[in-house]
Amino acid sequence: MSRIITLRDSLREAMSEEMRRDENVFLMGEEVAQYNGAYKVSKGMLDEFGEKRVIDTPIAELGFAGIGVGAAMNGLRPIVEFMTWNFAVLAFDQIVNNAAKTLTQSGGQFTCPIVFRGPSGSAGQLAQQHSQTFESWMANTPGLKVISIVDPYDAKGLLKSAIRDEDPVCFMESEMLYGLKGEVPEEEYLVPIGKAAIRKEGSDVTIVSFNKMMEVCKIAVDELAKEGISAELIDLRTIRPLDYDTLINSLKKTNRMVVVDESWPFAGVSAEIAYAMQKHAFDYLDAPIVRLNAADTSLSYSSVYVEEYLPNPTKVIKAVKEVMYINA
Amino acid sequence: MAETLTKNSTDKAKSNSSLYNKDTYLKWFEVMYRVRRFEEQALYAYSQQKIRGFCHVYIGQEAIAGGIATALRPEDKLVTAYRQHGVALARGLDSKSCMAELYGKATGVVKGKGGSMHFFSKEHNYFGGNGIVGAQIPIGAGIGLAEKYRGTDNLSMTMFGDGAARQGALYESFNMAMTWKLPVLFVVENNGYAMGTSVERTSNVHDLYKIGAAFDMPSEAIDGMRPESVHEGIERAAAHIRAGKGPYFLEIKTYRYKGHSVSDPGKYRSKDELQEYKDKDPIIITERNIIDNNIASLEEIDTIKNNIETEISAAMEFAENSPLPMASDLYNDNYVQKDYPFIMD
Ligand SMILES: Cc1ncc(C[n+]2csc(CCOP(=O)(O)OP(=O)(O)O)c2C)c(N)n1
Ligand SMILES: [Mg+2]
Repeated sequence: MSRIITLRDSLREAMSEEMRRDENVFLMGEEVAQYNGAYKVSKGMLDEFGEKRVIDTPIAELGFAGIGVGAAMNGLRPIVEFMTWNFAVLAFDQIVNNAAKTLTQSGGQFTCPIVFRGPSGSAGQLAQQHSQTFESWMANTPGLKVISIVDPYDAKGLLKSAIRDEDPVCFMESEMLYGLKGEVPEEEYLVPIGKAAIRKEGSDVTIVSFNKMMEVCKIAVDELAKEGISAELIDLRTIRPLDYDTLINSLKKTNRMVVVDESWPFAGVSAEIAYAMQKHAFDYLDAPIVRLNAADTSLSYSSVYVEEYLPNPTKVIKAVKEVMYINA
Repeated sequence: MAETLTKNSTDKAKSNSSLYNKDTYLKWFEVMYRVRRFEEQALYAYSQQKIRGFCHVYIGQEAIAGGIATALRPEDKLVTAYRQHGVALARGLDSKSCMAELYGKATGVVKGKGGSMHFFSKEHNYFGGNGIVGAQIPIGAGIGLAEKYRGTDNLSMTMFGDGAARQGALYESFNMAMTWKLPVLFVVENNGYAMGTSVERTSNVHDLYKIGAAFDMPSEAIDGMRPESVHEGIERAAAHIRAGKGPYFLEIKTYRYKGHSVSDPGKYRSKDELQEYKDKDPIIITERNIIDNNIASLEEIDTIKNNIETEISAAMEFAENSPLPMASDLYNDNYVQKDYPFIMD
């Protein structure tokens, strides 16, 4: 049996199920308990699990991320919620210098099974400091795994896998899409880390994306279909480790690729994919890979800037036509 | 060693109203009334979807704006957080360009680039509203370092919320500012809550001014519902700082009448608690004080009110009729270098 639930609810189900299953799992972050979460992801969890396991923190990201790392090194399995990943910047020392390096610098003695989660990406007119994407930042660091997902089914299955994973996982959601609905089974299931999903099969071009940009790509794919262009749409789901095989296999079929990534262009996820494809699938490419990113700037407040900054369906369609050598 | 003054002066005898001249009283009233009306109209425009994104208003905290307007010198520097419209207006930023900023217009104080959380004005020595909780605390100390470096007697007023007082950045900054005797006036606007979290739930230390004691920093708590006490607190602190004795910490006890931002219904606090503060409303009390003590006439008060109504209506109209920025302006102001080669693929 399955039902239609929101991304927000699917994330809560994942955390609650894992907390019922393993008493070492606990949640902490700003406003997660009494306020039921800034975006209501943890609604009701304080009532079920109590103050010991659903912990409101002060606004002290560096401190509570580090407390999470220490607890993880000492046998617990913390879920640390950042109100958004923009504020996790304060905690990068603990994520990058400690969580990511605990295993290697202890010569394999200490693990750090922790999940850092929260929304990543722009969310309307929130201006420079509140509009950043962090997938490529975190994925640049060996020792971390990075998941970025908005589909409710996958979000639930992946978050459960992340909580059970022995390595530190950065889990990225979307402030704008917590209300996104999808079919989710009643029964328990896991979705494996490190596997991309083909959302729609196609033969003319491969479009690769993740997180909120998947919704943009879906609209573009439908529009392209009306023009007789068959696009294959791949949701990366996990950014690190990246599922190169699924991308290469798709490219072998379509011979053309567009990567749509809300991160900034320089040294981002799109750059890594384009490099890997030219290296491993050079002979299958009929056109240079085109990427579509946020503008190479900070995101300013006015609606005009948001429009200019972000990829949208029109820009995706244009990019597809570019790799297909179709004159618009 | 610095003299350490650590006290809670909120319940000190109320200052005598005749201590201040008419101009000061009218200035307080004008600034506070401007802030209140600006914020009410901003909320209205938000409900009309003319203003988007986060919008945190200053309603309830206006007495702090009043005190800033009369106690700081124009050359003093100021930096604060995202709940900043009232502070910016107190520093003299004009309501037109602030309202236009909220509307995301090219005529806004930062060209529609910052919105509600990020006004800046070099002309007014206003170093901005910061959206990252606590980030402006070390920045304020750095602004102070520059003043000391240049040998001025200006101070850096560094404002933050009670929630921000729990960030590590505060402790590092207090320590360095105190060790290096930087001319910084640290001000925590304690409105009781950080989003839905009360001060009591974030630490065992509920009297925030006591944090200063760990650094031997002169610290005191003052009543933030009266412009008189805010003014006096800033003056005391400023005298200490300008004498070259280093930083000073004021805990200003205040309250926000509205939710954290437009989207917060504020269910975590009681109606009675809110009413307790509304009964002390700084604008109503100051107006009553002015009239009851014959400081100015009812007509004079009405003239100020009418002028502000006209000013705020004009600001709305200006914002409404101003042009949007150009899309290509997104690339402006990212680098000082004019021909910076952006990635454009
Ligand atoms: C580093 C960081 N963490 C979290 C947030 C989200 N946030 C914005 S305002 C706020 C509450 C701050 O409260 P306080 O400092 O008391 O200021 P007030 O809103 O009461 O003026 C939080 C948690 C943020 N902007 N920055
Ligand atoms: Mg507060």
